Amino acid sequence: MINCDIAVIGAGPAGLAAAVAAYNAGVKDIIVIERDKEAGGILNQCIHNGFGLHRFGEELSGPEYAGRYIDMLKETDIKLKLKTMVLSIDNKVISAVSEENGFEQIKAKAIILAMGCRERNRGPISVPGDRGSGVFSAGCAQRYLNIEGYLVGKRVVILGSGDIGLIMARRMTLEGAKVLAVAEIMPFTNGLSRNVAQCLDDFGIPLYLSHTVTDVIGDGRIEGIVISQVDESMKPIKGTEKRFDCDTLLLSVGLVPENELTRGAGIEIDPRTNGAIVGEDMQTNEAGVFACGNVLHVHDLVDYVSAESERAGISAARFVLSGGAERGAQTAVLNGSNVSYTVPQHFSPEKIEKGIDIFFRVRKKIRLGEIRVESNGIKLAGFKREFLAPGEMQKITVPKVLLDRAEGDITVSAVEIEEAE
Amino acid sequence: MYDVLIIGGGVCGAAVAMYLSKYDIKCALLEKENDIAMGTTKANSGIVHAGYDPEPDTLMARLNVRGSELTEELCKKLSVPYKKTGSLVVAFDSKDEAHIRKLYDRGMENGVRGMELLDKESLFELEPNLSEKAVGALYAPSAAVVNPWRFCIAMCETAAENGVEFYLDSEVTSIEKINGCFAVTAGGRTFDTKYIINAAGIYADDVASLVGARDFEIKASKGQYFLLDKTQSGLVNTVVFQCPTEKGKGVLVSPTADGNIIVGPNAESGNERDDVSTTREGLDFVAAEAAKTTSKINYRENIRSFSGLRANSDKSDFIIGESDLCRHFINVAGIKSPGLSSAAAIGEYVAELIADCGLIMTEKEQWNYPAPKVRFNELSNVEKERLCKENPKYGNVVCRCNLITEGEILDALDSKIKPRTLDGIKRRAGSGMGRCQGGFCGPRVHEIIANYYNIPMEEVLLDKNGSYIVCGKVGGEE
Repeated sequence: MINCDIAVIGAGPAGLAAAVAAYNAGVKDIIVIERDKEAGGILNQCIHNGFGLHRFGEELSGPEYAGRYIDMLKETDIKLKLKTMVLSIDNKVISAVSEENGFEQIKAKAIILAMGCRERNRGPISVPGDRGSGVFSAGCAQRYLNIEGYLVGKRVVILGSGDIGLIMARRMTLEGAKVLAVAEIMPFTNGLSRNVAQCLDDFGIPLYLSHTVTDVIGDGRIEGIVISQVDESMKPIKGTEKRFDCDTLLLSVGLVPENELTRGAGIEIDPRTNGAIVGEDMQTNEAGVFACGNVLHVHDLVDYVSAESERAGISAARFVLSGGAERGAQTAVLNGSNVSYTVPQHFSPEKIEKGIDIFFRVRKKIRLGEIRVESNGIKLAGFKREFLAPGEMQKITVPKVLLDRAEGDITVSAVEIEEAE
Repeated sequence: MYDVLIIGGGVCGAAVAMYLSKYDIKCALLEKENDIAMGTTKANSGIVHAGYDPEPDTLMARLNVRGSELTEELCKKLSVPYKKTGSLVVAFDSKDEAHIRKLYDRGMENGVRGMELLDKESLFELEPNLSEKAVGALYAPSAAVVNPWRFCIAMCETAAENGVEFYLDSEVTSIEKINGCFAVTAGGRTFDTKYIINAAGIYADDVASLVGARDFEIKASKGQYFLLDKTQSGLVNTVVFQCPTEKGKGVLVSPTADGNIIVGPNAESGNERDDVSTTREGLDFVAAEAAKTTSKINYRENIRSFSGLRANSDKSDFIIGESDLCRHFINVAGIKSPGLSSAAAIGEYVAELIADCGLIMTEKEQWNYPAPKVRFNELSNVEKERLCKENPKYGNVVCRCNLITEGEILDALDSKIKPRTLDGIKRRAGSGMGRCQGGFCGPRVHEIIANYYNIPMEEVLLDKNGSYIVCGKVGGEE
């Protein structure tokens, strides 16, 4: 059994930032466990730029952004165990396996969960049709292209307008493939607006909103797909079928936090985020186990992942240095109208120093809205925001002075407001 | 000269091959696809029925009950996932209650053991998630679930281990009768044989045509399914059937031998033989029907929808026996449900049939089951530690959903009947069978296959011939 102060599971952007922050907060005995052969996580295959505008004030590629944190990690004595898969977590004992060290167990005083997320595939959305090859999740195709150096197909249709799908539309086009269409079942795109402009509009790739794939044709390699328009209840409308002759269908239909280990450890999961329920310190319901990044809730921007993970790292360090501090009474953060989830889901008022960052998503597009924080019918704070969309995660910072006025739980809602004449 | 040639590498061909491998005869199996277990065998409910369904005094009744007895022991010996879950036929009204009483009586006549008619209370003790409308059920404790393709592959591996030859990509295109023997052309080779076993599944009538013995027709019937993530395990504990209605046999909700939940199938006749597509209408129908059984099915946790074809025929019973129109040509055809349940018994029975036809069959002195394969995730910590020391490849986890290691993938590649495709590996090692459906392990398994066979990545297939995965290197020539 190996002992350490903090074990971080995952060396993607979340794990790296959490480990470095914990180290800088005074805990030196840290192990980061990563299943891949190098640190950086999914950033390594995201060779486009646009990362780091918030964090570093410049546009970096994915590997460059990861590189910044890998360099920071190298400045420390943090141990990085690569090509190592965690099999289970039980009472802060991690069982892991690797080619180099075989089966081993690591006992940690605190654990930071930073396993990231995986792509939703054809199953949950039940795309009907044949089962020939050529149907890929966008990230899988991205891996083939950017890591392995292989093109997965030449004539492509993309289902779902998530960011990876949009990025791949551009990437495949640049590599000589013909991207025939992007279909999105919702009446709005799920990706960042800048990606719609730069990846579709600039290349003349048509976007079909309120459309979905209703047939896949081909038993060996796929030969075509059919898309149809959907009605308000998302049911395909007969007679609106459009066939595309293509050899590839990419799916960019959402990401799911990868919480198999979390569930196995018996940690409470929020069905809204599919991630652990955490407090303002990113601590889960198991004392000393923290979670951050896409394993907690799916982010749009890695910059926010880093910020959140640093908070988790600092909290874990505090937990270790204080020998497992008591947690105060907890106040719930409830979802009001048009808010689909919040992170954190609760907080301890006495632990808040300056204020609390609350991340959330809205349920529908709102051109001009107010984010309201209320408690027991009293408005604590209001934040005016323009162009709110489900595809873009929102963040508010509620100062402690306002929070102190709360009477019990607080509710976050997004209210549409009339534009003044 | 072969003594026996088996046409078709599905579960029936596999069982026949395994039972024949016990005798000192020369035997080969021909499969038209690039792997075994590629047809009905890989896409069905995976149920070993108790045996109350078939009409008494039919082959189906006899072989089902016998098969159900044989399969449990066989799966243990072959290390095939098998769970004796028991089954329920749920009644929702008095008409259904009459039906399950009829099934009970029929089961008694067929020799099914341990059946019980449950009242509502005992039913809900067994299955708390059922619809409140359920009023009772027929419980058959001997029903089980099995991983059908693992069952088929394990029987083929056993046959191969004991001397049966396997030829993949070998579609039979002609059969000539010469001096009371057959010359079979398949995959560019000619095989001379004394006996033919026609186990060609949904193509069995076409194969019978080749010897002018097409006295039956296969009427493939398609069934569509949902397969739910292991997170949903516990939704039902037994195989839960509905009573048949005018609309069909009723869909089932069942655990699988691997710990998932399966929901389906519908029944569509008249479709083309090679059509295994799913349709929105079909899947919607399955979901609507299954809702009668339980309202708690979470389709967001669906990991795969698929279709399978049942080899129904124009005869009411299985068609097993020497053809009336061609001597030494033995049909194992029209093997519809309960075909999987009966497969082992069919193998046993066909071996007897051939002996009755006059082939001299001496039992071998030496006959062995193949050594069981490593299933890393099922081992204890101590065993995991020991195994990794012996072979570090077991320390490299390739499939994260099912925790399948590189060692297990290499073991699959080293099989007697070698898989060459990602899905071939999936059916043997279980990689890519989890919630991400190969999104993560796909590229990694792909690379392991390319390295193993020393072939370019472009030549590695997902499944059937033609199912290439990548079309070229980036920046490479057209």
